[in-house]
Amino acid sequence: MNDFSQSLQLIAAEELLTVVGLILLLAAAWMGDKGSRVISIVAVAALTACAFIAAPTLCQGAMGPDRVAFSGQYTADAFSAFAKILIYAAGGAALIVAPAFFGRAGSNGQSAMRAEYPVLVLFAVLGMNMMVSATDFLTLYIGLELNSLAAYVLAAFLRSDERSAEAGLKYFVLGALASGIILFGMSLTYGFTGSTNFTAVALALDGAMSTGALFGLIFVLAGLAFKISAVPFHMWTPDVYEGAPTPVTMFFATAPKVAALALTMRVALDAYGSQAAAWQQIVIFVSLASIIVGALGAIGQSNIKRLLAYSSINNVGFLLIGLAAVTQEGASAMLVYLAIYVAMSVAGFVVVLMLRDADDNPVEAIADIAGLSRTRPALAWALAAVMFSLAGIPPLFGFWGKFVVFQAAVNADLLALAAIGIAASVIGAFYYLKVVKIAFFDEPANVVSANGETGADAIGHKVLLLLSCIFISPLGYLLTPWLGDLADKAAAALFFAG
Amino acid sequence: MIGIEHYVVVSSILFVLGVLGIFLNRKNVIVILMAIELILLAVNINFVAFSSFLGDLTGQIFAMFVLTVAAGEAAIGLAILVIYFRGRGTIAVDDIHRMRG
Repeated sequence: MNDFSQSLQLIAAEELLTVVGLILLLAAAWMGDKGSRVISIVAVAALTACAFIAAPTLCQGAMGPDRVAFSGQYTADAFSAFAKILIYAAGGAALIVAPAFFGRAGSNGQSAMRAEYPVLVLFAVLGMNMMVSATDFLTLYIGLELNSLAAYVLAAFLRSDERSAEAGLKYFVLGALASGIILFGMSLTYGFTGSTNFTAVALALDGAMSTGALFGLIFVLAGLAFKISAVPFHMWTPDVYEGAPTPVTMFFATAPKVAALALTMRVALDAYGSQAAAWQQIVIFVSLASIIVGALGAIGQSNIKRLLAYSSINNVGFLLIGLAAVTQEGASAMLVYLAIYVAMSVAGFVVVLMLRDADDNPVEAIADIAGLSRTRPALAWALAAVMFSLAGIPPLFGFWGKFVVFQAAVNADLLALAAIGIAASVIGAFYYLKVVKIAFFDEPANVVSANGETGADAIGHKVLLLLSCIFISPLGYLLTPWLGDLADKAAAALFFAG
Repeated sequence: MIGIEHYVVVSSILFVLGVLGIFLNRKNVIVILMAIELILLAVNINFVAFSSFLGDLTGQIFAMFVLTVAAGEAAIGLAILVIYFRGRGTIAVDDIHRMRG
């Protein structure tokens, strides 16, 4: 156990984010929207610095009591460091792509980019940091709300756009309901175990479980399912993904997913770890339902952002297979999948951001990308790589994520779950390949402008797309030993505490 | 004698009313905001009752945090509602369907 000053050292990254976020908020008020570029650059620099703070924790595989801060409220172990690095990467990507999008979204030649955007992203990232490090329900709740409150505002960021405001409203109502459900579950868990600390809750639940505590567990898991957009609590996802500005959608599809899934793992395996039999069935059901609904729901979609929303529901289902295994191997597999998933989502949304018509308006209809391979071949190939990778077709890296997750399920004797999952991923392949077919073999619709972008913002897009495409390309397999090693260290830290 | 179970029953009823308020209400988004507050207050009753029952202060501290966050949540909810109303001129629940599928 650490004293107060040691605790403050352990949360260095969070302190940095808080201080930089508050200073940038003042700067945003002082400089107005003219300062948005400087503020974005400082915010990206802050995220990079935080990643350097988290990296040694992960590489050393830090775990155990000397990483616990504030008398068990907070843990800066290798598991949280793994999730945090993914969150910083996703947050940085969302900052890099934003100026170009909002620059065009404004009316009367004025940029819709506001100085608050980078500040809100920083606060959301801070909340997610707290979520993945929380080892107490109180810290968990504060982190979750800090993230959610910033995210509601981000979803409604394009104030003049009706769809964005509607997405913000829907996200707010359903997100607040989910928070309420989680809170009710926490209050029941507190009442029937006498503590809000994960370790103490796990100790109290060892042995027989009272009905009240079981209700607490179910409410907490249901609320978390909302946050990770797992079936049956997924209905907000397509609307919010479609309505929110595309850089924000990219952020929602990556960072909060990582944070909420890492949080779900910590809550399920630590706090409720001694009652794994009680939640394993629920996780298996949610995982299969997400895979199937995600795959079937995507088929009829005509908007590419809605398609990617269903794809993310589908991917959450595959990720939960790792949790359903209730083993260290399963947790490690989930982390590997999460890293690959973040890269695939970033690549997918950067492609969507680069699709522009002659008037520089965003192109979102799938029918409009017909014949893309003839007008923008490089972009079409990137899109094909993302779609094949999401479908889990072998030469691409997306296959590896699915492979390790299924392997963990098979080793945990969940053969039926693995078999149904593999069958459903074939259904999923149908709509991914349909997008590729439209882009490569249909008659050109000539909606997407043939001229690529120019300028500093285009470099940001291209660098992001190139990096994420190299990661999901077969070259990614060179990283598997390294990625697997880091994920093993992180999973070991998670299981050490439990 | 009023015991802990009475408090849990009351808070459960309030919680269910809050959830039903969100799903059954077809008129006005403001009512949804009120239903969300009702859910959070139900949780607070639970926390304070358990705290007193267990003789442990954590529950009451938690209730304080919930109250604070609820205030922030209401502020943000109303702000989003205002920009929505500016664009659409209505806050009826049945009209929130620009996107569906």
